[in-house]
Amino acid sequence: MDKLDEILSKYKDTKGALIPILQEVQEGFGYLPKDVMVRIAKDLKIPVSRVYGVATFYAQFYLAPYGKYTIRVCRGTACHIQGAKKVLSAIKNITGLEEGETSQDLRFTLETVSCLGACALAPIMMINKDYFGKMTPQKAATILRRYREE
Amino acid sequence: MKGYRTNIMVCAGTNCISNKSWEVKEALEAEIAKRGLEDEILVVPTGCVGFCAVGPIIIVQPEGIFYQSVKVSDVSHLVEEHFLKGKLVKSLMYVPPGEKEPIPKMKDIVFFRDQRLIALRSRGMINPERIEEYIGLDGYKALAKALTSMTPEEVIEEVKASGLRGRGGAGFPTGLKWESRKKAKDYPKYVICNADEGDPGAFMDRSIIEADPHSVIEGMAIGAYAIGASYGYIYTRVEYPLAIKRMEWAIQQAREYGLLGENIFGTGFNFNMGIFKGAGAFVCGETTSLVTSIEGRAPEPRQRPPRTELWNKPTVINNVETWANVPAIILEGAEWFSQIGTETSKGTKVFSLAGKINNAGLIEVPMGITLREMVYKIGGGIPNEKKFKAVQTGGPSGGCIPESLLDLPVDYERLTEAGAMMGSGGMIVMDENTCMVDVAKYFLEFLRDESCGKCSSCREGISAMLEIVTNICQGKGREGDIEFLEELGAAVTDTSLCGLGQSAPNPVLSTIRYFRDEYEAHIQERRCPAGVCKELIQYSINPEICTGCLLCVKTCPNEAIVGEKKRPQTINLDKCIKCGVCFEVCKFKAVVIT
Repeated sequence: MDKLDEILSKYKDTKGALIPILQEVQEGFGYLPKDVMVRIAKDLKIPVSRVYGVATFYAQFYLAPYGKYTIRVCRGTACHIQGAKKVLSAIKNITGLEEGETSQDLRFTLETVSCLGACALAPIMMINKDYFGKMTPQKAATILRRYREE
Repeated sequence: MKGYRTNIMVCAGTNCISNKSWEVKEALEAEIAKRGLEDEILVVPTGCVGFCAVGPIIIVQPEGIFYQSVKVSDVSHLVEEHFLKGKLVKSLMYVPPGEKEPIPKMKDIVFFRDQRLIALRSRGMINPERIEEYIGLDGYKALAKALTSMTPEEVIEEVKASGLRGRGGAGFPTGLKWESRKKAKDYPKYVICNADEGDPGAFMDRSIIEADPHSVIEGMAIGAYAIGASYGYIYTRVEYPLAIKRMEWAIQQAREYGLLGENIFGTGFNFNMGIFKGAGAFVCGETTSLVTSIEGRAPEPRQRPPRTELWNKPTVINNVETWANVPAIILEGAEWFSQIGTETSKGTKVFSLAGKINNAGLIEVPMGITLREMVYKIGGGIPNEKKFKAVQTGGPSGGCIPESLLDLPVDYERLTEAGAMMGSGGMIVMDENTCMVDVAKYFLEFLRDESCGKCSSCREGISAMLEIVTNICQGKGREGDIEFLEELGAAVTDTSLCGLGQSAPNPVLSTIRYFRDEYEAHIQERRCPAGVCKELIQYSINPEICTGCLLCVKTCPNEAIVGEKKRPQTINLDKCIKCGVCFEVCKFKAVVIT
C-alpha cells in the first residue's frame, strides 16, 4: 500500500485528480483492486460509487488482472471496410477469447478499440505498444504464434 | 550550431514508425558514421509527412528528394549511391500509377503539389522534439507579437476577421467563442485543447501533435492571453502514446525557454498548461463531457447553454487543428487567411484519406476544393480499378456521399446540406465491394457501444435502429423497415441532449438517402449486392480456374474445403463459416462470392 500512499499524496492538492490517480494505480497494480478503490474514495472524500462509476465507464480501466499482452484490434471505419472483422474472428479462433476476455494463463487480453489512428495501414492491430498494419487472418496467426511461443 | 551540407528527414509519425522507420533512421545514422560522413550529414526524425501509403518516407534536404518505402536493407546502397557518389536512387522513388518515370522531388509529386499548408506548415521540416527547430521557423513569433504589440481585444478582432471556424467539426466561429469568454469576469479562466480524437478514420490531430506540438502550445497561449486565462489543458487520448510523449516534452521545453510560466516575454502574462489523458471514452470528444471528465467524473454531457465551463469558470475549448491555425493568423494577418477558402469557410482543412484509396494519408487543402479532386487527384483514385461508391465524412456523426455529389466543393455548409458533415476531417473512401447497409450497421454498433446512456432516446433509439439494420443484413428485413428507420432517426435527433445522440442517425439516414436501392435489395430480394453480408452470400470454387494447389484447404479454419490434390476443390456449405479466408488467399481468384 506504500505505492498507493505515494500516488495519493502526489495528487493531494490537484483538483479532479480521480482519473489520473486511477491511471497511475492501474499502472502500478496492473488493475484496480476493490480495496484500493475503497481507499481512494476515502482519501478523496467521495463515495465509492463514484470511483466505481468512473472505473467502469472508461475503457482503459480493468477491475481484474489482465494479460501480459493486450491485443487491440482496431474497429475504425477504414479497418472495417478493409476486413477487420475477419482479422478479429481469426484472432478469436486462435486465442479462444472473446472481446474483453483474458486468457487463464494471463498471457493475452483481447480488446477492440474505436480507432488507432493509423488508418493508412488498415486493417491494423496493436499488441501492447507495437503496431501491426495491413493485417490478414494469416498474418495475425503468424504474429500471435510468435507471442505465444515467447 | 554546427552546419551540415545535407539533412536527411526521416518520417517518424505513427504510420511510418509501424513500418519500421525508426529502425531505418538508426541504420542511416550507423551507415553515415561508418562512412565518416557524420560531420556533413544529419539524420533528423520528423513528424508525419502525410503520404502514409508509401512509408517509411525519407526526404533529403535542401534538394527535397523524396524516397519511399525505404527498408533497413536499402540503407547501405542508398548512402553509397546518393551521399557518396551523388547519384539518385531511382528504385526508391515515387512512380505515379501507370507511368514509368520516377519523380525525384517531393514538390513535383501530385499528392503534395496541390496542398496548401497552414496547420501542417512545419510538417517534415523539423524535429518535433527540439523547440529550437520550431523557433527557427518563426515559432513563438506570433505569441511575441500578440503579447508585446496587441491588446487582447485586438487579438480577438484578428481571429474574428480571419473567419476561422472550429476544426473539430461543428464549425463555430473561433473569434466569437473567445469574445464571449473574454467578457466573463470570473477568474481563473481556462483554455482547453480537445485532442480526444475519437472519430474513426481521423488522425490529423494526432499527427499535428506528433509533428509540431509547439504550434498547439503557441496557439493556446495566444488564446489564453486573449481571454485572460491562466491555465490550459490538453485533453488527449490515452491510445496515442507518441503524441503524449512529444507533447509532454514540448511543454517542458517551452517552460525552460520561459514561453510558458510566469511573466512571459517580460509582459506580466502568466500561463501554464498540462496534459490530461482521456481514459478511453468516445463521448469525451463532446465538449461538455470532456469538461466533466477533467473534473474526475463519468463523462455525461450537460445541458447547453449556458456554456461549457470547467469548474464553473469561463472556458474556451478548441480542437488541435484550430489551435495550430492561430499562430499563423496572428503572424500573417486575418486578411491573408480569409483570402483562402470559400465565402463561409475560410482557410484550409486537414483531411485524412483512408479506406479504398491509393494515396492514403494526411492532406491539407484550401476549403472549397471538390471531393473529386481529393479522391482522384491527390488521393490517386481507387485501387485495383474498382468503382467508387461513396466517401464517408465526419465519422459516426457524418454521412456517406455518393458519386453524383463528387463535384461538391467541400466546406461546412455544403457537406451539411449533403447530409454529411465536416467533422474532424476523416474521409473514408468506399468502393463497389462495400455494402452500405453493413456500413450503417457498423456505425450503429459503434454508437451503441459509445453512447453514455444518459438520454433514453440515444441509448434505446440506437439499439432499436441497430436491431432493424441487423435484421436487414441477415435477410430478415420487412417492408416498412426503411420508413421506420427514418422516423426513428428523426426522433433520436430531436430528443437527444448532446451532439453524439443528435447526429447518431446520420450514417443510417444518409445511406438510405443515397443508397436506398441497396436496402431494398436486402429486404425484397434477400440479396447483398456488394457481397458482404454473411447471411446473404455463399462461397464457391470455380472448377475451371481452380488448380488444386490446396492453399485454401490448408488455411480454412473449419476443414470445409475438400478435393484431391491438383484437382478442382469444392466447399462443403454445411461446414463453411463464411470467414472468407479462402477468398483472400486464392492466388487464381477461383473462389467466388454469390
